[in-house]
Amino acid sequence: MAMSEKLTKPRPDKQTITVTINGQQYAADVEPRKLLADFIREECGLTGTHLGCEHGVCGACTVLMDDRPVRSCLIFAVQADGTDILTVEGLAKDGELNTLQKAFMENHGLQCGFCTPGMLITATDLLSRNPHPTEQEIREGISGNLCRCTGYQGIVKAIQSAAEQTK
Amino acid sequence: MKPAAFTYFAPTTLAEAITLLQEHEDAKVLSGGQSLVPAMNMRLARPAVLVDINKLADLEYIREQGGGIAIGGLTRHYDVEVSALVKERCPLLAAAAHHIGYPAIRHRGTMGGTVAHNDPAATLPIVLRCLGAKVTAAGPNGSRSIDMADFSLGIYTTALEAGEIVTEVWSPVIPKGTGWSWQELTRHAGDFALVAVAATLQVKDGKVAAASITLGGVGDGPVPVDDAVAALVGQPATVESFIKAGAAAAQKVEPESDIHASAEYRREMVKVFVRRALVEALSRAQGGN
Repeated sequence: MAMSEKLTKPRPDKQTITVTINGQQYAADVEPRKLLADFIREECGLTGTHLGCEHGVCGACTVLMDDRPVRSCLIFAVQADGTDILTVEGLAKDGELNTLQKAFMENHGLQCGFCTPGMLITATDLLSRNPHPTEQEIREGISGNLCRCTGYQGIVKAIQSAAEQTK
Repeated sequence: MKPAAFTYFAPTTLAEAITLLQEHEDAKVLSGGQSLVPAMNMRLARPAVLVDINKLADLEYIREQGGGIAIGGLTRHYDVEVSALVKERCPLLAAAAHHIGYPAIRHRGTMGGTVAHNDPAATLPIVLRCLGAKVTAAGPNGSRSIDMADFSLGIYTTALEAGEIVTEVWSPVIPKGTGWSWQELTRHAGDFALVAVAATLQVKDGKVAAASITLGGVGDGPVPVDDAVAALVGQPATVESFIKAGAAAAQKVEPESDIHASAEYRREMVKVFVRRALVEALSRAQGGN
């Protein structure tokens, strides 16, 4: 979407927010009740972040906000004003998948792909805090990201592989 | 479903926040939001006004204070979990914090929020009750201190008065040589516990000198089992004594049955998990923390 532009006409019950996502600024007028996840998907057009449960359990909506993993379904967009957000779209550089994404691809870490953005963001955060996790630490780390397709084994292998490659 | 409309305020001072809560009757404090926003997303909660306290940076701290650890109301569970100070002086708190939900929940959920919300299966209220912590609440009439023992009044009900905000939780340190344990029964990592036990244990000359045991998941809030503890003090610090303590605790609780577990199962698990907690606490008391 456009850089630093108002995307909707201002209304009294709305407020203007500016959020940096993947290094780019997005500005819009939003109602306070607008969830961050919906702002990212609708106002900003970044539909990689998914909504599964809307109550914090499934993890599909996970993004990084000021370097912390958060459930974007449990944050209002107005709370994200002035913050720095990383979504799945921010992982690849110049169209090239990063190490973690390639590891998911090579280790059958996804089938339908619905949980994948949340998994990638959670894994990105996990590895940044714990670069060489044990299998148990990986499993605990992704316990807040539900996958209905894979049975998790490929996901765990992918994260292990990415950790190996980043020695 | 999306939340119903509300008016939003994000005060930058505590005084402003308190004033806003006074001025607006149907107002809720928005802290971590990890319990409130799910309820709002499902429209189980429809506050007309949200007072977002996330800009009150002065409420985010962990420090030594008055012989214990003081934790600001806005402090995130993750920061308690990884705090070197908490791990060293009050390890039960750090260990239990690790079991709250998942990383994304812990990076947002707050100490003040979980205490004020008082979910019957919430982790930290159980631990704080076990440790004998105190809550500081700030409101229109000033600040006051409330013992955790007097704080939980029922499901989602606390001694907080309308318009009060939890600004700090203070816990005594766990003395060196005192054993501790957090035990919980969950089907899946990060779930609310079906049964939880927070315990501390002091042993002298092979006998139990002191203990504190608080249960979760078996009542309207944290359930201290004082009778079982009283019977345990003076007993030899052995598995046999701990089994008896578990049975005594299980006799006193009146859990509810729900879709997750029956009352009978919870009661049976109290026996098991109290025993496990005391065994683990003993090994820490003997081997050091």
